[in-house]
Amino acid sequence: MDLEMNLNASHSMGTTIIGVTYNGGVVLGADSRTSTGMYLTDNVYVCRSGSAADSQIVSDYVRYFLHQHTIQLGQSATSKVAANLIRLLSYNNKNMLETGLIVGGWDKYEGGKIYAIPLGGTLIEQPFAIGGSGSSYLYGFFDQAWKEGMTKDEAEQFVVKAVSLAIARDGASGGVVRTVIINSEGVTRNFYPSDKLQLWHEELEPQNSLLDLLNSSSPEPMNI
Amino acid sequence: MNFTASKQPENCLLGPESDSQRTLYPYVTGTSVVALKYKDGILMAADMGGSYGSTLRYKSVERMKPIGKHSLLGASGEISDFQEILKYLDELILYDNMWDDGNSLGPKEVHNYLTRVMYNRRNKFNPLWNSLVLGGVKKGEKYLGTVSMIGVNFEDNHVATGFGNHLARPILRQEWHENLSFEDGVKLLEKCMRVLLYRDRSAINKLQIAKITEEGMTISPPYSLKTYWEFSAFENPTQGAVGSW
Repeated sequence: MDLEMNLNASHSMGTTIIGVTYNGGVVLGADSRTSTGMYLTDNVYVCRSGSAADSQIVSDYVRYFLHQHTIQLGQSATSKVAANLIRLLSYNNKNMLETGLIVGGWDKYEGGKIYAIPLGGTLIEQPFAIGGSGSSYLYGFFDQAWKEGMTKDEAEQFVVKAVSLAIARDGASGGVVRTVIINSEGVTRNFYPSDKLQLWHEELEPQNSLLDLLNSSSPEPMNI
Repeated sequence: MNFTASKQPENCLLGPESDSQRTLYPYVTGTSVVALKYKDGILMAADMGGSYGSTLRYKSVERMKPIGKHSLLGASGEISDFQEILKYLDELILYDNMWDDGNSLGPKEVHNYLTRVMYNRRNKFNPLWNSLVLGGVKKGEKYLGTVSMIGVNFEDNHVATGFGNHLARPILRQEWHENLSFEDGVKLLEKCMRVLLYRDRSAINKLQIAKITEEGMTISPPYSLKTYWEFSAFENPTQGAVGSW
């Protein structure tokens, strides 16, 4: 009955994406190999990973549908609706799409919510979600360090730290860390260039030139 | 990507391959479901894992859901397909309720509906990649059945999917009997789930047990089982192997 299932389909997708809830909203984060928070509506953003084309087209369609839905509804769409629209497209085109998405938003009915929609089109609501190739390096970190009910600043720092850790180890992730915070007050986008991030194991302080090292330190700096 | 390049000869009578879709393989999967009939109804157990290949990616997936008033559905296999099946069943139950005739679909009927759905999808080479367990009680009659992704279906006093067939069913064949009490039923299911936890790499130690009786369905909160590892052969694995440590 098992017709040659590709059970080791841990598909690598070139980025790191994260979505985290906190007491009051959500924080979405990603490295710069993806355009982080793609705007779906005012209060709902999506992180994209996998095929750029696939994730873009899905987001575009959902933005289009959500826009119409908002007009009909007469008020902001909910993150649940956005997530379900993404799920519909992902599931019904599962054979052709290769994209993993994380939807995060805030609405007045349910507050901050994070929904993960991995390959295949499963929809799963979680307190936090991680995706992309860089996420492989974060499971342990989240298992150990995640906690419920963080404050906005704690949550954002947590996301920045996580993306930064993933960038350190994942060749396909890199550049800078971008975050989007969504809550009842609105949306805040932040940007953290790599030189502002803390250094990890075996990483060194960046210098302008070897010459600076030679000039500044004591005799024989070339001796290793 | 995951395309299989289609190369049809010029004189082929098949239509364009792009017309039809086919599910090639599952992505997020649930492992075994085990269920048995007991005195008052059906007991069913499943862990809460959603595996992504070899990664135990999601650990809070509810793989058992109530259907209508009389049935309980447990699923293993692709979770997105299970979610879709739940939507089909939602619609089925809705239309059934709209008749407003006092009748309601029982487990036997729901099982039959699922069998038709699974088999027809299999015939179109686009299966719903699940193995389903459907149990319930209606008018005092207990029912427990299963359907696979290719439409094989049957009913029995105890059923299981996936690894459960190989590890749990033999235990059930030995120890199941008519009119098990609730406590004995739960203990028996836990015995099966513990073996699965030891031996199935996709199993996680977080499970739920659901019960359905004439009165209705209840599902336990998620919980974990104790396991035993203090065998001397584990603590001193190199006892007999001279030279190793």
